Amino acid sequence: MAALNEEQTLIKDQASAWVAAEAPVSKFRKMRDERTEAAFAAPTWAAMVDMGWTGILIPEEYGGSDLGYLTFGVVLEELGKQLTASPLFASAYVGATALLLAGNDTQKADYLPKIVDGSAIFTLAVDEGPRHAPLQTMLKADAQGDQYVLSGSKTLVPEGMAATHFVVVARNSGSAGDAQGLSLFIVPSDAPGLTRTAITTMDSRGYAALQFNDVAVPASALMGPAGQTADVLDEVLDRARAGLGAEMLGVGAQAFAMTLDYLKTRKQFGAVIGSFQALGHRAAELFSAMELARSCGEAALQEIDGQSNSVAKACSLSKAKVGDFVHEMSSQLIQIHGGIGMTDEFDAGLYLKRARVLEGLYGNPGFHRDRYARLMGF
Amino acid sequence: MTAKNDLQEFRAEVADWVQANFPGSLKGLDLMSESPTQKGASGDLTTWRKKLADKGWGTPTWPTQYGGAGLSDPEAKIIRQEIAKAGAFNPIPPLTGMGVTMVGPTILEYGTDEQKAKHLPGIASGEIRWCLGLSEPNAGSDLASLATKAVDDGDVFVLNGQKIWTSGAHISQWCGAVVRTDPKARKRDGISFVMLPMDQPGVETRPIKLIAGSSPFCETFFNDARADKSDLLGDLNDGWSVVKRLLQHERQSQTSSPGVPKPEEEPLQEQAKRYVGTLEDGSLADPDLRMRLVRNLMDAEAHKLTVSRITAEAKGKINVSASASILKNSMTRVAQTKAELTLEMMGSQGIGWEGSQFSDEELNSVREWLFGRAMSIYGGSAEIQNNIISKNILGLPETTQQG
Repeated sequence: MAALNEEQTLIKDQASAWVAAEAPVSKFRKMRDERTEAAFAAPTWAAMVDMGWTGILIPEEYGGSDLGYLTFGVVLEELGKQLTASPLFASAYVGATALLLAGNDTQKADYLPKIVDGSAIFTLAVDEGPRHAPLQTMLKADAQGDQYVLSGSKTLVPEGMAATHFVVVARNSGSAGDAQGLSLFIVPSDAPGLTRTAITTMDSRGYAALQFNDVAVPASALMGPAGQTADVLDEVLDRARAGLGAEMLGVGAQAFAMTLDYLKTRKQFGAVIGSFQALGHRAAELFSAMELARSCGEAALQEIDGQSNSVAKACSLSKAKVGDFVHEMSSQLIQIHGGIGMTDEFDAGLYLKRARVLEGLYGNPGFHRDRYARLMGF
Repeated sequence: MTAKNDLQEFRAEVADWVQANFPGSLKGLDLMSESPTQKGASGDLTTWRKKLADKGWGTPTWPTQYGGAGLSDPEAKIIRQEIAKAGAFNPIPPLTGMGVTMVGPTILEYGTDEQKAKHLPGIASGEIRWCLGLSEPNAGSDLASLATKAVDDGDVFVLNGQKIWTSGAHISQWCGAVVRTDPKARKRDGISFVMLPMDQPGVETRPIKLIAGSSPFCETFFNDARADKSDLLGDLNDGWSVVKRLLQHERQSQTSSPGVPKPEEEPLQEQAKRYVGTLEDGSLADPDLRMRLVRNLMDAEAHKLTVSRITAEAKGKINVSASASILKNSMTRVAQTKAELTLEMMGSQGIGWEGSQFSDEELNSVREWLFGRAMSIYGGSAEIQNNIISKNILGLPETTQQG
């Protein structure tokens, strides 16, 4: 763990204790079995709001505590350990980031306090196809008088069924692949012409597909200059990627802890299986990979907080390295547990499924290796 | 607040001093590439070494009475940084062989006051080079099965046996050796650590030629070699705990690239573009190589970040810790892969052995690649490091040690 300050340590301890007591993986399993549409438990979400986690990124003038990204990452990691489901990341992390980086003062004043008190749930609607490709946006925004008319579709929008507001990436001009012409709009989920459909995924979280049929929004819904928001979108996505890195560290750390525990207790051939060198070495390799991944995940959050000029590289490094680690770790979680790991009754499968979804969100490791290479000039 | 200001002042003081004292003639000198003894004779290097030694800055954290400067880890770091910033280097660690990195710290921990006074100043001043007699032909990874015998003969131990991989033995003045002092005890319990001068009739060294050509490694033969009893480090038959500590220092010294950083080294991706070419979009013309290259650059960055994170978590105090095994393996992987990628991008220019058809850069890349294969073997092989991680960090049962 990074060298945390006193406040961060306090929040980490609070989150760790609360997650273990109030939102353990057994609760997630129950929610999954009951198949609730929102894909999170309302009391869990209410408790997070009460604890102030929704305000961690938000300045005090809007009711938040402004503690920064590493602090939020500490919470996301603890939630990742128990697969705790909630709109915290989509709304108070990604949604808040979009408002903070791209929103004007009126939009911040209108919405940030509502994100803090939980009365609004924001989420980012970016991808339109099966691969993460922000520049491929085709959802059209036509300026008509003092309003914009949106038409097109979005897919895999996190917490899309529970959201009250979408931050929608749209295109004013140009064609798929162009950075020029991208705009961001705030669209309420009850806007006429907007329909949403739940997407059922293996990780049992809430996602929606959105269809925009001539959805009219006032000009005041536009965030930033029309057609000029590709760069700020990249900044928002980078922060989102670093947040996913933190959650993946939690998922991976828990998967490692479960595996290590099993290596020390499961007996075969008259000995605990962790005494076999093949497995001892595999555990050593996984632990080493986890330590290296943790450095990348935490560094990205620290660089964001420090407003360094290499945030983009750091975030791609985090998404790629932590993604690779959690991929291998979640596979080995099953492999080392053997048959029991394959049963639905055991939790390993829940971690494997969540890991695969997180790896792909906002760009899989391959996407980020390519991006890192381009950032390095090759 | 004041402490921070003090450090800033100290930084300015160091920068000024390096500026004033580092001879411009030594700038960009690769201390590793030529014979260090020749270097020691060259006037400017000797002057620079002596000036550093007078300040105690060759070994800044060592106590002043033994030739150090009695400084804190953050202060030592400042000295390292300012020396590097000025394009200078600290010649004392490489001139002492294993002296600064391994022998000195272990003497500081296990040595008597007399031993510290006798041995440390010569290391701190960069005058005495040390080698280590650890591995034997039949005791590599399983070091504790070593057979070199030391027999009590009054004031001295008399040594007989053979050591191997004694790096720099042919140019060292002193040797730290692990020897068997009680053949009847269980194998780890009958070992002692002795120090002996190399210049004596009972010691013979023979350099080993490796796959990369000539090497600093030697075979060292003890035929009735003599070590003073006053040079027994640690207790009799307790040498195993001394050597374990010594090896921790070794791993620690191998976690970040040692030696003098090469000035203005061309980044790997630029070198790749030069050899392989680029596509219209500016990406490397070999997309498969490009992805493996980026993985290596990411791994290098992850390693660097982990070194900083572990240092930050230790709150400025550099611990000799179990995490050194993780870092040693990751450093090795990054360096070996980088060497492989370098040869690959050079194509048929990356297989040269000698001759004018190949550039120095190309010939060096081949030798470095070959020599680099040793990184995952020396200092405890990658597999031994994984044993240490699984046992010491993860608490899994040990299966490799009986008796």
